[in-house]
Amino acid sequence: MNDLALHLLDIVQNSLSAGASLITITVDEDLIKNKLSMAVKDNGRGMTQEQVKKLSDPFFTSRTTRRVGLGVPLFRQTAEQSGGSLEVTSEPGKGTLLSVHFQYDHLDRPPLGDIPNAVVLMMSANPHVDFEYKYSYNGKSYEIDTFQLKEVLGDTPLSDLHVMGMIEEMIKTNQSDLKVCPIQ
Amino acid sequence: MTKIKSLDELRQKKQQLEQSLEIREKSDHPESMIQIKVAMATCGIAAGARTVMNALVEKIRNEKIPAVVTQTGCMGYCYAEPTIEVKKPGQDPVVFSYVDVKKAEEIIDKYIRNNELIDGILPANYQTI
Repeated sequence: MNDLALHLLDIVQNSLSAGASLITITVDEDLIKNKLSMAVKDNGRGMTQEQVKKLSDPFFTSRTTRRVGLGVPLFRQTAEQSGGSLEVTSEPGKGTLLSVHFQYDHLDRPPLGDIPNAVVLMMSANPHVDFEYKYSYNGKSYEIDTFQLKEVLGDTPLSDLHVMGMIEEMIKTNQSDLKVCPIQ
Repeated sequence: MTKIKSLDELRQKKQQLEQSLEIREKSDHPESMIQIKVAMATCGIAAGARTVMNALVEKIRNEKIPAVVTQTGCMGYCYAEPTIEVKKPGQDPVVFSYVDVKKAEEIIDKYIRNNELIDGILPANYQTI
């Protein structure tokens, strides 16, 4: 995995296969505290304590198509090699929260990558699932969710390719605006 | 092109799009469209499935092909990732392996447009008589 956006795409697949109907993604870049955090929260079927413990074992997976499950172990390894950590809390029937922290300026921290693109790909490829996305940069934040988007779009599905491009552009513009320093 | 920043601007832009009839009514009936599924589990993503998905989306958008692009999980062909499954209405799905941007374009040009089969098809739907 070259960047963190790819890890995010991967982790969200876990939420989708857990049957989630609402997935909340948060990305927080805090240069003041030198921290980068990401979290994926879902309302899927959740996991037992036993399963949570086994998550970091690459040879544990719930799927039957193959015998390895590398998504979470790879993400944990990436976090730990860049001075961070990965935590998972889950409760059967309620859902799962995966949060990951990185030391922002660590040499081994992969670049964040194209998060807006990843988010839009997820939204459009899974129109029956709702997504909430929150991006923060040094305390300032931008939020968007599929409830609002679906209301605006009306009959036009989120999977329409023209709409996808527009939403991606909207998220990118808002995110880059957060990074502009106000003139004092 | 003016930049879209707020939901209101998105709404306006969408209406403009609808007027120019770029949005097809068919989008509501995915079964009548060509469905492309990109395998996006750990193996697929690590092998470059996102680049492929973006390339497919762009080409389909630019060339106005009646297709929807969605994601799927791992089909067990980790060695052959990125893989994509193309299902044309009324036909059996076909799974293509080792797809990169070039191959994705070839799949659209040859298989989707002309029904020509190309190298790298996985016998995923192999049936015995």
